[in-house]
Amino acid sequence: MSRSYLKTESVVEYSLHASMVLLLPILLLYLIFFVYPLGRLFPISCFEPNFTFKNYVQFFKEPMYFSILLRTLRVSAIVTVVCLIVGYPVAYSLAHAKGKRLVIFFACIILPFWTSILVRNYAWIVILQRNGLINTLLQWVGLIDEPLRLLYTEPAVMLGMIHFLLPLMILPIYSVLKGMDANLVLAAYNLGASPWSAFLRITFPLSLQGVGAGMSIVFIIGLGFFITPALLGGPKNLMISTLIENQLNINDWPFAAASAFILLLITVGLMMIFNKTSGFNKVYRREL
Amino acid sequence: MRKVYRLKFGSLLLNITAVSALLFLVMPAFIVIPMSFGSSEYLKFPPVDFSLKWYSEFIESERWVGALWLSLQVAFCTTLIATLIGTLASLAMTRGNFPGKALVNTIIISPMIVPIIILAIAVYGLYAKLGLIGTRLGLISAHTVLALPYVFLIMTSNLHRFDISLELAAMNLGANRIKTFLFVTLPLILPGMITSAIFAFITSFDELVVANFISGIRGTTLPKQMFDGIRLEVSPVVASVSSVLIVVSIVTIVLLQALRGEEAKSQ
Repeated sequence: MSRSYLKTESVVEYSLHASMVLLLPILLLYLIFFVYPLGRLFPISCFEPNFTFKNYVQFFKEPMYFSILLRTLRVSAIVTVVCLIVGYPVAYSLAHAKGKRLVIFFACIILPFWTSILVRNYAWIVILQRNGLINTLLQWVGLIDEPLRLLYTEPAVMLGMIHFLLPLMILPIYSVLKGMDANLVLAAYNLGASPWSAFLRITFPLSLQGVGAGMSIVFIIGLGFFITPALLGGPKNLMISTLIENQLNINDWPFAAASAFILLLITVGLMMIFNKTSGFNKVYRREL
Repeated sequence: MRKVYRLKFGSLLLNITAVSALLFLVMPAFIVIPMSFGSSEYLKFPPVDFSLKWYSEFIESERWVGALWLSLQVAFCTTLIATLIGTLASLAMTRGNFPGKALVNTIIISPMIVPIIILAIAVYGLYAKLGLIGTRLGLISAHTVLALPYVFLIMTSNLHRFDISLELAAMNLGANRIKTFLFVTLPLILPGMITSAIFAFITSFDELVVANFISGIRGTTLPKQMFDGIRLEVSPVVASVSSVLIVVSIVTIVLLQALRGEEAKSQ
C-alpha cells in the first residue's frame, strides 16, 4: 500500500530531475534562437567597434527619427481608441446574443482572426487604390472628379491595423461581460435605474478589466506592427518597424539594432505598467 | 412609455454599430474571392468576367508552387517539434515543483510579447553569422520559437483541467507509469495536442515578418512570395492564393470547433 502510494505521487508530481529533463529541449531552443540573438542586439547597437551611445543619441536628437517614434505612438493610440469605441458595442451585443445570431456574430469575428494578415491588407489595397472600390464608387456618384489618394497614407495604415486588432479588443471585453452576474443589472432596474444609468454605473465599471486588457494588448501590438505599415503606408509615414527594415536595407546594423532595442524597452516597460494596472494577463489566460 | 422608447433607440444604435463592425471585419473575404475569378490585370472590383486565369497562373508558376511547397514543409516540421517540446514543457510546468517556476513561465511565453520585428532582426543577425539565411533549418527553428508559446498556453490550461484521479485509478488497477501515460493520459490530452498543432501550423504557415528577413533568395515561403507579389507588382495571382487561404482558415475554424466539442466530451 505504501509503495503504490509513493508510485502515484511520482506521477502526479514530477521530481525536480524529471521536470528539468522535460524543460531541457524548450530552454535549449530558446537559448540559441531567442535569448542569444536578442541579447546580441544591445552590443551591436553600441560597439562599432568602439563603445558609443551615438546611435541612441541620434535616434532622439534627429527630428526625423524622433518624429517616427512619435508617429508610432500616435497611430497606436488612435487605433486603440477607435478599436475600443467600435469594439465595445460589438462585445456587448455578442454577450447578449443567443442561438443562431451568436454563431453568426462569432464567425464574423473569428474568420478574420484566422485569415492571414497579408490577405486582409491585400483586400484593403484593392479597396483603397487609385482606381479601387471607393474611388470608383465616389466618381460614379459624382462626388469627386479625380481619384483621391487613399492608399499609402497614415489613415490607410490605421484602417488596416484596426481591422487586424479589433477582434483582440472584442474578445476580452466579451469574456468579462459574459462572466458578469446578470442579476446585478436586474437589481439596478428594480431599484428604478434607467437602462443608461444601469449601464454606466453597473455594467461599464464591471467591464473595465476587459477594457484595460483589450486596450493594453492593442496598443502594444500596434507599436510593433510591421506588415501593415509596409504595405499600406508610404515612404512618408514610416513607423519604427519599417524604419528598422529601411536601416537594414542600407546595412546600418548598429542603428537598426538601437531602434529595435528602444522599441523593446518601450514594449516591455508598457507591459509591466499595464500588467500592474489592468491585470490583462489574467483575462488573456482565460481566452486560451 | 418614454423609457421603453429610449431603450429601443439605444438597442437599435447598438445593433447598427455591431452589425457594421462585423461587416467591416468580414469584408475582405467578400472582395478578394470574387476578384480572384476575374481576368483583369488591374484588380478590378467587381470583376467584369469569370475566369480561372489567376488560379492556373498560380499552379503553373514554379515560383509560387515552390513557395507553397516550402511553406508546407516548414510548417509541418514546426508543428511536430513545437507540439512535442511544448507539451513536455507544459507537463513539467503543471506537475513539477521547482524553484523559479514563475520565471520559466514568463520566459516560455515571452516570444508572444516581444514585437516580432525585433525578433526578426535579432534572428537575422545571428543567421547571417551562422550561414542559416534561406535554409529550412533556419526557418523551422525561428518558427518553432514563435509557435511554442501557443502550444504551451493551450496545453497548460488543458492539463490544469485534467482529472488526475483517472491516472491514480489506472495505477491502482496495476498499470505502470508508462502504460498509464500511453493509455490514460495521452488519449485524454490528445484533443488539446491537436488544437496546439493547428495553432503551431498556422503560426508558421502565416508567418511573414521573420521570413521576410531570413528567407534570402533560396528560402522564399508563401507569405514572403505574397508580400513581394503585393509590394513589387500588385500581382493578381495574390488574389487567387488569398482566396485559397480564406477557405483554409474556414476549414481551420470548423476543425477547432469540432475539437472543442471532442474535448468537452472527454473531460
